[in-house]
Amino acid sequence: MSVIVAKQLTKTYVTGDIKVEAIRGVDFSIEPASFVSFIGPSGSGKSTLLNMIGCLDPPTAGLLEVVGQEITNLNRQDAARFRGEHIGFVFQDFNLIPVLTVFENVEYPLQMVQSWPKEKRRERVQEMLEAVGMGDQGNKYPSQISGGQKQRVAVARALVTNAKLVLADEPTANLDRETATMVIDLMKKMRDEYQTTFVFSTHDPRIVDNVEITFELEDGTLHRHETSAGGGHG
Amino acid sequence: MGNIFKLAARNLFRYKRRTMLTSMLITLGVVAVLLFISISGSFKSLMIGQITDSMLGHIQIHKKGYLASVDSLPLNRNLTGKQIDKVVQVLGEENAVEAYSMRIRLGAMFSNFTETTNIRLNAVTPTDEMKTAPLLTERILEGEQDGLLKPGELLIPELIAKGMKVKVGDGIVLVANNKDGSVNGQNFMVRGILEGISGPGGRDGMVHIDDAKALLRIGAAEVSEIAIRLKDIDQLQGVYASLQQNLGGMQNQQGQPVFEVHTWEAISPFFNIAKMIDLMTFFIKIMLVAIVLVSIMNVMIMAVYERINEIGTISAIGTLPSKILGLFVVEGFLMGVLGTAVGTIISLVSIAVMNATQISFDFGRQTGLLLSPTIGANDVILVVVIVIAIAVIASLQPAWKASKMDPITALKHV
Ligand SMILES: Nc1ncnc2c1ncn2[C@@H]1O[C@H](COP(=O)(O)OP(=O)(O)OP(=O)(O)O)[C@@H](O)[C@H]1O
Ligand SMILES: [Mg+2]
Repeated sequence: MSVIVAKQLTKTYVTGDIKVEAIRGVDFSIEPASFVSFIGPSGSGKSTLLNMIGCLDPPTAGLLEVVGQEITNLNRQDAARFRGEHIGFVFQDFNLIPVLTVFENVEYPLQMVQSWPKEKRRERVQEMLEAVGMGDQGNKYPSQISGGQKQRVAVARALVTNAKLVLADEPTANLDRETATMVIDLMKKMRDEYQTTFVFSTHDPRIVDNVEITFELEDGTLHRHETSAGGGHG
Repeated sequence: MGNIFKLAARNLFRYKRRTMLTSMLITLGVVAVLLFISISGSFKSLMIGQITDSMLGHIQIHKKGYLASVDSLPLNRNLTGKQIDKVVQVLGEENAVEAYSMRIRLGAMFSNFTETTNIRLNAVTPTDEMKTAPLLTERILEGEQDGLLKPGELLIPELIAKGMKVKVGDGIVLVANNKDGSVNGQNFMVRGILEGISGPGGRDGMVHIDDAKALLRIGAAEVSEIAIRLKDIDQLQGVYASLQQNLGGMQNQQGQPVFEVHTWEAISPFFNIAKMIDLMTFFIKIMLVAIVLVSIMNVMIMAVYERINEIGTISAIGTLPSKILGLFVVEGFLMGVLGTAVGTIISLVSIAVMNATQISFDFGRQTGLLLSPTIGANDVILVVVIVIAIAVIASLQPAWKASKMDPITALKHV
């Protein structure tokens, strides 16, 4: 069963008299445990597509199924529930909560979104921090760690709930080349370990070397590439 | 729930100075209200105590129409023997009545053998009067306080003592017109000088009721007013209603009401001051509400605006709108609690300090009144509940706005 199925997926923004067709009826599907990137120039519709998959923005037309559920017509409340249950997010600007420690940031989805019991929560958070190599930094605040470290914590936060799908819109845009590669490698390692599907967008073609499946977006239309880095679906 | 509180507290702590300033404003408001309630309340009850305990009593009964013409102290509007018996019978059935005193009020000419002036007098039975107005003897500035007065003795108000240069022990003459218009005079010895207090009858002198009857040639039982003291002033309205029913409704053969019953409130102008104080308390409470409302709302609007990006983040990762609402409401709530807690502590300590230092004040011609402010637990609880409730209400609108934010728009915000 595919993690994501899109059929004739369309998004049109209307602002006043101006109509922007950001996504023009695309079809694709993504299998479990894939490592997928959407690449394309600025304005090609990468964010728009990821936002629709992430249940943050409803499609204008077409069909969109995520983890086996049709998500085209969810209301605000149900969309929030769906996101909290099935999807992890990694943001371009890391978006850690500044008043919470590294540990508490990773704990947040388990506590405020899913309400796990305390003991299980602590165990799981520590496990995730170790997995991203931040096991000994739990007591630091986001302002006390580097950008690369922040993004590792963000990856841990995205995975902590056992999400089947992690969406990352330009997760490396604010990182230098070396750190960016490290983060991508980390995500790949996590995919191998937890069988999570990773979908991210980038406009940096150099990063794509490490990616197995690439969708090229141009002006709202899609072209699929399988790259040599392909390692199958675990 | 605990996690919401933790996060809210952390966010408040993030902007320490702003949180402090807002809480201080609330603290200031709470202190102002509690101290005002406490001081004005104790001033009020002190003054009411002074007025009722040293002169008026709590309730007075007269013949219908007496108070309307009290300025001329009319003798033809006195209660007759039969009417007095009726009142005594009714009062005997009221458990809340501590004591009552029968008074004849009269006007007379006061002469020290070189000069004459007018004097208004209250003629009383000393034992009854002392029970009805227990603070009366304390108003005797010069002369013996014990026992109030005996027949042949006279207490004169301060003003006449000064104006006529009369001292304690001096002999004087009182000349009065009786009901029929004939004149009678009698010698008295000045036993003491009575401190004047504000309100009706506050500058009257005092004689024994037997002397008044002799001077006015009154043979039968006859009084102008019956002053009543209650065991507890809180029973005032209840007893008043009962007396009003038993006496106020009574009619003579011509169908006219016989008695009039008044509480001290209807007799003393201080009641209006007391009402003004209550009104001011009310307005100060409104100001407090406004302060809390505006300051918390202002801070919470800013808090939401500054954290749009964070709101986008937590919303995107699945935090329900209701939780986001709760997060901001709890922030306002905590700020209200902080300000109120500090304000209440400061107020209670200040009240204790004021009591320890024995602050005195003057009111009208009275000096050295001791202010002993107190505050009831219900007043404190009311203010605390109001402030915290307003803090929550003030955060609702900004919190609601935060919970309704579109995550994509919020995440794009810089
Ligand atoms: N809320 C919106 N209202 C109107 N037009 C929008 C909105 N969001 C995106 N668009 C338009 O849709 C198109 C696709 O935008 P999108 O943000 O998806 O591009 P992108 O590939 O993510 O670009 P970038 O690399 O700059 O992030 C653009 O033309 C953009 O102007
Ligand atoms: Mg984008």
